[in-house]
Amino acid sequence: METRTGMEASIAIAEAVCLCDADIVAAYPITPQTHIVEHLSELVADGKLHANFVPVESEHSAMSVCCGTSAVGARTYTATASQGLALMHEILFIAPALRLPIVMSVANRSLSGPISIWNDHSDVMAERDIGWVQIFAENAQQALDLTIWAFRLAEDRRVSLPVMVNFDGFILSHTIEPVLMPDKETVQAYLPPFEPLLRLDVDAPVSMGPVGIPDIYTETHHVQQVLLTDAYGPIVETLDAFGKHFGREYKPVETYRADDAEVLLLTMGALGETAMEAVDLRRERGQKVGLLRLRLWRPFPFEDLYRAVGRRPVLGVMDRAISYGGPYGPVASEIKAAFYHREQRPRVVEFVAGLGGRDVPISDFDTMFDALFDTLETGRVPEPRLVGLRE
Amino acid sequence: MRRQSAKPKWTELAVGSAIDVPGSARYYKTGDWRSSRPVWNSEHCIRCGVCVIFCPEGCVLFQPDGYPNADLDYCKGCGICLHECPTGCIRMVEEED
Ligand code: SF4
Ligand code: SF4
Repeated sequence: METRTGMEASIAIAEAVCLCDADIVAAYPITPQTHIVEHLSELVADGKLHANFVPVESEHSAMSVCCGTSAVGARTYTATASQGLALMHEILFIAPALRLPIVMSVANRSLSGPISIWNDHSDVMAERDIGWVQIFAENAQQALDLTIWAFRLAEDRRVSLPVMVNFDGFILSHTIEPVLMPDKETVQAYLPPFEPLLRLDVDAPVSMGPVGIPDIYTETHHVQQVLLTDAYGPIVETLDAFGKHFGREYKPVETYRADDAEVLLLTMGALGETAMEAVDLRRERGQKVGLLRLRLWRPFPFEDLYRAVGRRPVLGVMDRAISYGGPYGPVASEIKAAFYHREQRPRVVEFVAGLGGRDVPISDFDTMFDALFDTLETGRVPEPRLVGLRE
Repeated sequence: MRRQSAKPKWTELAVGSAIDVPGSARYYKTGDWRSSRPVWNSEHCIRCGVCVIFCPEGCVLFQPDGYPNADLDYCKGCGICLHECPTGCIRMVEEED
């Protein structure tokens, strides 16, 4: 059974964590993640969630607590954003190395400086190589659903890795939307009790996190590469199972009006929703534009991307962060690398938009689509462009 | 007890590279780190046991003859025993190879 209700995305995530019966919440409040943590502390105080709420003094401590509690076999959740994610940085690598299935929501927000509390993807892009499963939600329902899914995937014994659910700060975190809230029985039927692969146990002692001397470090890192790559199978399987169980389908790469599209634009996160509006408006004018929404960021869904792009000659990529002095858009650079060795590859047109909370209205998408049609006609690929920059 | 190889293949690592066999450090022979080894002159030894206690590898033990000596499988040649011995009866001899 499910209830249809209007709810802020952050509150929906906290309710999802409650439905998943997390044992531990260790988090430090930071804008724009704050409402998740506030609501979870209320749920714990009201006795609705029987969890230990650990009010830590920093995000570094939050992730350290999460590693410890996950290691003893507790279902562990945290949430952060921006500077908080950056402060976790050194501990983030430990969780996958130790196979700790922590679930974390990240309310994506720009990094300082200048100080900015608003939305872009510079926080998550700086944590690309931490070895976590990383996925993006576009609306409140997805944020709720993917939180439930994240526990199932993380705790799958073939995977046993931490999962980061990204959802855009403010434009999604603080937006009230209609959501279908499942009941506890339905969630429990999808999410079995947590049975860790390995736990700290006084009756069967193990040492977790010992030194990895040069004789062993190489092998441990090959294991991480294989594990995260091979998580792809269980990811698709558990997303399919989610679809069958809850009636909402999710794929590593999702498309919108892409089948007969002449040009494609790729987005990640909540701006995919505005992009769909922009596609509809172009379609009304008879222009065949389509959208790819990259949902799964790690492991990178190469085959899904190749299938979705097909033989299309032009692919625009909209980044939400800059790799300074490097290949410009981090997502675009990975997309181009993914196609480098393929005979059939699109011309990739790079855009960066919506930095530090700058609105990305339909007119910005029009600018991007115009550039894509220009490349389609002329075959020329323009320099990467910061959409909306005052020049 | 499962014995872990000191140089496992990537497929042989324990989950999360954890050490799931208590006491397995003994399978890792630190002796090949050594560039010089301690040699005891028991004439001056007062059998105080300081070298036994201070050896960070725990590889100095009293032998059946009543005097201490190092297990060279584990002695890493740090020279702490030499430094701590109150009667100066330990010297370091360079390993030839
Ligand atoms: S040299 Fe170091 S390791 Fe070797 S016996 Fe002396 S104290 Fe122990
Ligand atoms: S510290 Fe020196 S005197 Fe004391 S037991 Fe060791 S070798 Fe002998």
